[in-house]
Amino acid sequence: MAGPAIEAQGLIKDFEGVRVLDGIDLTVPAGVIFGLLGPNGAGKTTLLRILLGIIDPDAGERRLLGHAAPLKAAREVGYLPEERGLYPAMKARDVIAFMGALRGLPLAEGRARAMALLAAYGLGDAATRPIRALSKGMAQTVQLLGTLVHGPRLIVLDEPFAGLDALNQGRLEELVRAQAAAGVTVIFSTHVIAHAERLCERIAILGKGRIRFDGAVEEARGRLRPRVRLGTRAADGPWRAAIPADAVYGKGVWQFELPPGGIEPLLQALIAGGAGIETLSIERPALHEAFVAIAGETAAEAEKAE
Amino acid sequence: MSEWVRAAFVIARRDYVASVWSKTFLFFLVGPLLPIIAGLFFGTVGADVDRQAERVTVALAVAPADGAALVAARDRLAARLGEDALPGLRVVAPETPTATLLADTRHGMVLVARGEIAAPLVIGPRDALTGARGALALIYDDARRASVLGQSGAALPAPTTIATHFVAPPPSATAATRITTARIGQFVLMLLAMILAGMLLSNLIEEKSSKVIEVLAAAVPVDAIFLGKLLAMLGMSLTGIAIWGGGVLAAVALVVPASEVLSPPAVGWPAFLALGLLYFVTCYLLLGALFLGIGAQASTVREVQTLSMPVTMAQLGVVAFASSVVGEPDSALAVAAMLFPWSSPFAMIARAAQLPGLWAHLIALVWQGLWVALIIRFAAARFRASVLKSGRPKRRRWRASRAGPSR
Repeated sequence: MAGPAIEAQGLIKDFEGVRVLDGIDLTVPAGVIFGLLGPNGAGKTTLLRILLGIIDPDAGERRLLGHAAPLKAAREVGYLPEERGLYPAMKARDVIAFMGALRGLPLAEGRARAMALLAAYGLGDAATRPIRALSKGMAQTVQLLGTLVHGPRLIVLDEPFAGLDALNQGRLEELVRAQAAAGVTVIFSTHVIAHAERLCERIAILGKGRIRFDGAVEEARGRLRPRVRLGTRAADGPWRAAIPADAVYGKGVWQFELPPGGIEPLLQALIAGGAGIETLSIERPALHEAFVAIAGETAAEAEKAE
Repeated sequence: MSEWVRAAFVIARRDYVASVWSKTFLFFLVGPLLPIIAGLFFGTVGADVDRQAERVTVALAVAPADGAALVAARDRLAARLGEDALPGLRVVAPETPTATLLADTRHGMVLVARGEIAAPLVIGPRDALTGARGALALIYDDARRASVLGQSGAALPAPTTIATHFVAPPPSATAATRITTARIGQFVLMLLAMILAGMLLSNLIEEKSSKVIEVLAAAVPVDAIFLGKLLAMLGMSLTGIAIWGGGVLAAVALVVPASEVLSPPAVGWPAFLALGLLYFVTCYLLLGALFLGIGAQASTVREVQTLSMPVTMAQLGVVAFASSVVGEPDSALAVAAMLFPWSSPFAMIARAAQLPGLWAHLIALVWQGLWVALIIRFAAARFRASVLKSGRPKRRRWRASRAGPSR
């Protein structure tokens, strides 16, 4: 694939006088699993809708698979909206075929592919059952298969894990990985960071209508310093001067950010100060903590601005 | 086939199959039949009442003595049977031509009686003559009985045999019955279009509440979604019409052929039926597109009811407007009704019943088609702006267009 899957520049969107997106610049490289993270109301769904051409921005430009008019790329895109919608009376096989037909796949071919996909995802028996007779997880899988049936180059999933049990969440993660392995670009939004951490190569964190972070997951984690967990025999002593003043004590363990000097000066100071180290571990921050920190900065900024 | 049209047909095909293969389609088939049957029944009864109430006047082109005897006989019978039970009689000069008498609209003479009192010949349109024949026979019998009363030994005359000669109704009478054809055409058009537009609205609301609409909007242009839905419902209604036409209406037609109930329309039955179908299509598309636009603004059935009520009322007003100009197809008001998009199909079907010539229909169909396209575009824009939260605030329109986001 030549260019990026998605490019957006200066996207602005207002709803009834409220700015929902405030100058979004975003590039999603082709062939990656990209996570769009943000707290509820951050503007993730609006951004995805604009990128897909469901709605237009008030200002700014976007390109989807190289097309300035996103619907021109519709045949190469699969989309699972946040609010799932299926025709209750339609058979699972026909729903998938219909979703493929919307994106240019002949109906007969769509039916054949639908049968194969349903069988591959353990829903072969449900192929001729109406949607209303399926469980929520099964129906959601059917809709997901509908986004894949036409063989898209780009899959956009809006909160795909919402409403799924742990088993189905795991299956969905496998499916996303399989698509990415086949060269498909996958972009999904979520406010559950664990999924992004397991799946994504790159993420963007959205807050108050702006991109607060855009880069690799490692990079996001790198925003926070590693955390030290320290257990000592001595309750007090000169060693206390070596740990930061904001260190938190609980259940016999001190927790604090690794000081800027690194681990060696800290260890020397603890030993020299008679801490009597029992346990010591250095933990890299999770994406969740990076997300909370970035989202927290956003909230603080917003409060300050108000 | 362009992508836009292809997408519309994908949606139309799904909606059509889903509608026709549902149980509600049976209700759809039965639903409109009830008011139509009721309309036909009351229409027939009404027509009978009208026929009875309408006084037929017979021109007596006979010898003055015979004329006086017949008028006297009628007066005697009217005293017992009532005025309404008997035709009116008017004695005229026997040499006056029949055509002149039948064309005399001032006195409403629709039949002409000639010949001897014992062997009369009555001339006139089949409908009027058949209705008045029995009463005329009574009058002739009474007149002949009166003439032999008091004559000793005279036998009572045998019942009078009235010879008949049917002629085509005069133009004025044809025009009157064509008005009935026009009104029936308008009624059927309105009934079908309103039922279908209502169903279309429910369909859209159902789709919005089931959240399918976003899946569609992400894959195809909103205009194509709307057109697809309109076409699907149109296809369903045409299927319904085919079933009705082939079944129940055909059975009714066998019993009471329309050609005997209604006057042939001015453009002839084949053209009238074809135009009726085309005007039904445009009428439904115009109303359906408008209702889709309304449905696009609403998110619940209650909101739809609130929003669609004024439109339904306005539509009834429009139909009443189109109906009021029936009988004056060339008047300024009629032209206005033909130009106003929502009354145009009603006014034009009435015109087809009353005036010959097809060119005006061609222009009207193109005109109505343009409006359908315009309304679909407008409805789609409103849908994107309100439901999908798109569109631009007016203040920003210029700046945004310079920025150049496009679909």
